[in-house]
Amino acid sequence: MTTVDASLPQPVQRPASDSENYLTHAHGFLSWAFTLDHKRIGVMYLASTLAAFLLGGMLAMLIRTELLTPGQTVMDADTYNNVFTLHGAVLIFLFLIPVIPAALGNFVLPMMLGAKDVAFPRMNLLSYWIYATGAIMLLGVLLTGGLDTGWTFYTPYSTTTNTSVGLAMLAVFVLGFGNIFTGVNFITTIHKLRAPGQTWSKLPLFIWAQYATSVIQILATPVLGITVLLIFVERTMGIGIFDPNLGGDPVLFQHFFWFYSHPAVYIMVLPAMGVISELIATFSRKPIFGYKAIAGSSLAIAIIGFFVWGHHMFTSGQSTLAGTIFSFLTYAVAIPSAIKVFNWVATMYKGSIRLDAPMIYALSFLWLFGIGGLTGLFLGNLGVDLHLHDTYFVVAHFHYVMVGGTLAAFLGGLHFWWPKMFGRMYNEKLARVAALMVFVGFNLTFFVQFIAGTKGMPRRYFNYLPEFTIYHQISSIGAFLTGLAFFVILYYLVVSLIKGRPAPANPWGAASLDWQTTSPPHPHNFTSDPVLIGPYEYSALMWNEEIGGYVLRPEVAARAGHGQEAQA
Amino acid sequence: MNHGAGAAPELHHEERPELQPHFETPEQQFESGKFGMWVFLATEILLFGGLFCAYAVYRALHPEVFVYASLFLDRVLGGINTLVLICSSLTMALGVRAAQLGQRRLLIAMLSVTLLGGAGFLGIKYVEYEHKWKAGLLWGTQYRSQADGHALEHGEPGTHGTDAASHDGSAPPEPPAPAADPRAALPPAAAAALPPSVPIPEGRTFGDGENASLLPPAAIGPTGMRAPEPPPAAGEQLERRIRHEPRNVHLFFGIYFVMTGLHALHVIVGMALIGYVLFRSLRGDFGPRYFTPVDIVGLYWHLVDLIWIFLFPLLYLIE
Ligand SMILES: [Cu+2]
Repeated sequence: MTTVDASLPQPVQRPASDSENYLTHAHGFLSWAFTLDHKRIGVMYLASTLAAFLLGGMLAMLIRTELLTPGQTVMDADTYNNVFTLHGAVLIFLFLIPVIPAALGNFVLPMMLGAKDVAFPRMNLLSYWIYATGAIMLLGVLLTGGLDTGWTFYTPYSTTTNTSVGLAMLAVFVLGFGNIFTGVNFITTIHKLRAPGQTWSKLPLFIWAQYATSVIQILATPVLGITVLLIFVERTMGIGIFDPNLGGDPVLFQHFFWFYSHPAVYIMVLPAMGVISELIATFSRKPIFGYKAIAGSSLAIAIIGFFVWGHHMFTSGQSTLAGTIFSFLTYAVAIPSAIKVFNWVATMYKGSIRLDAPMIYALSFLWLFGIGGLTGLFLGNLGVDLHLHDTYFVVAHFHYVMVGGTLAAFLGGLHFWWPKMFGRMYNEKLARVAALMVFVGFNLTFFVQFIAGTKGMPRRYFNYLPEFTIYHQISSIGAFLTGLAFFVILYYLVVSLIKGRPAPANPWGAASLDWQTTSPPHPHNFTSDPVLIGPYEYSALMWNEEIGGYVLRPEVAARAGHGQEAQA
Repeated sequence: MNHGAGAAPELHHEERPELQPHFETPEQQFESGKFGMWVFLATEILLFGGLFCAYAVYRALHPEVFVYASLFLDRVLGGINTLVLICSSLTMALGVRAAQLGQRRLLIAMLSVTLLGGAGFLGIKYVEYEHKWKAGLLWGTQYRSQADGHALEHGEPGTHGTDAASHDGSAPPEPPAPAADPRAALPPAAAAALPPSVPIPEGRTFGDGENASLLPPAAIGPTGMRAPEPPPAAGEQLERRIRHEPRNVHLFFGIYFVMTGLHALHVIVGMALIGYVLFRSLRGDFGPRYFTPVDIVGLYWHLVDLIWIFLFPLLYLIE
């Protein structure tokens, strides 16, 4: 048991070069490939999802290049179909869905709970390798005939096209297992491995968001699994369940698909909201406003989100009654999201806001997710949707939600936890510039798409009428700007690994337990018990000039020290 | 509980080789394992949930298909399989109890019997599949029409009537071959009334000669017009029903094979898990202080059993 010296704030600050951290305590490829350490698995997920992001982003650039002019610009129509399908499939299944839970979540979740690891470390490793296998399979379609169905794989086209849908279906099935394992792991960890005294109301909101996400993952993913399996047997054996020629119902596929894929939007957005709760509270230096409302709204979204899938099918011959109910529920699911937004804004009110890069991302999240959410209400309206269905308005809407929301929050979270993960500070100035570039570029890309969509530009089209040229060109310029910003980010993050300033344990003054361990953390996360303070109890922290970071106030550390001695 | 490198937990870990380092106490490890399994079972239920949903949709849309197709399922074999699985669930539960009480030999015996039950289930399933395969009672494109009653010669349907096998072999009335042009079957006046651009789907004309029409006949004739026919003998009745084959019977068999196939896959996985636990209990890993894997595998096996308990009546006992 460490003796607690009240004059020395706990935990002891170690320099980043200390050999006893999770990155350096073991070496070699095998020490990573077979690691059971949630932090290393998180880093492997991070590297893999970023690779998928690079690929998906490149495909986006190809799409925007092709659409610079009407007609053929750089590729033919069939290639274009393949490119936009893979863009969607890669970014959704390999990046957006796993990135925050499996990369950031894996890294910080056990530490936020004061635990040594997730409940099932071997299953965690298995989930990573399943993800890697699924990713290779999904990329395998590039070599086996491509994929031109769009990421939604609608029947009957997907059961009749001769592109490599079968392999893609197996890939999605396999990837789903990786998600399920992560979900099972997180739910169990949150239930069973919390630090002593850490009650449910003392959990960081990121944990609540991960919990709600995991619930969706374990309940929705298997339905997608069985759906893609049915398409697979449909293609290989002609089972006929979705084939109208054999009396099957292709619309049933849409029901199944959206039963997963609408909740999947929340698999992507809920963890993002969790990150935003942490960022906004930390960088406003104010306890989060409406803790219970934010935590509860995560669960509300997870539950209501299961009953709105029909809003994707207003034009699929669904009955008006069903459409009306789904429309109503779609409005209902917007309420908990709005509750969160109001609480975040209220948190910032009279806070002492610091505009570091993570906070810039958090603010852009509010803007982008706000627009994405509000335009979702347009589409949730039966009458308006008939006009906007399958136009660029839809494309813009879900990019605002999924890219503007999830990607902005991921980037914010990445910058926030980067010092914790790698023990180095990045170039803050460049990071702010890049964050602004992403924000401007993104809006440039997608805002005009709302206009093009209302004027009738259909999505997924290779060609367009000349009057849409200006919208497409503005959009492409925005996309290139955003793409450039990502290379700036890549540049300064890589530089920071080589010669960044060593990071203190708590550079931002965040109060959740993960900031009480060293940066980068010890292989077992904590060398001494973390001092249990509230996740937003910023008054327990103070700035230490010598360390260049925040430390626990001596009286708080001492309070915990007495507690520990009493326990021992 | 202490999350640091305190003295007490280390003692624990030395005493208990099965205690993984990230858990503080064996209780925490046991509870986590069990909780995780329950969460995973929720996933499994939703996996089958999609198929149950497809079943419900198609049964609602095509009730006649389900009634007809269930004539070909063997209730006796299905019933035996249900019993086998229920018994194996019982032996599994007894095995868990034996592990908790440290009765190693009983545990090994119970796990072996459970394993045997799983194998027996798969064996019977194989017999059923083989019958269906030979009779062409298959999915989608592989389905062969049963209207000529050839399934009866393969011993299907088992329970309904081996007596039906007395089928005299005389050629059943050929279903009228679909005319190359459906228009040809119509009376000239009716055909002429339709502009040539209106397509008539194949098989959508009813009756022939002067009575041919695009309108299907009424499902039930008007009552009171003729005397009811005397009820035919049971075997004949069955034959007659089999000849009246509705469209798209293969939909039922598609669902049947996907559901039972996925279930069989779960039986195989469950047997592999039981085999693993059996191997470990032969090694003497389990006792009153540590029986988590037995317990968790038991949970999984009960779920496999439970899913079959829903599948059996839904597929076999439709009438
Ligand atoms: Cu939706």
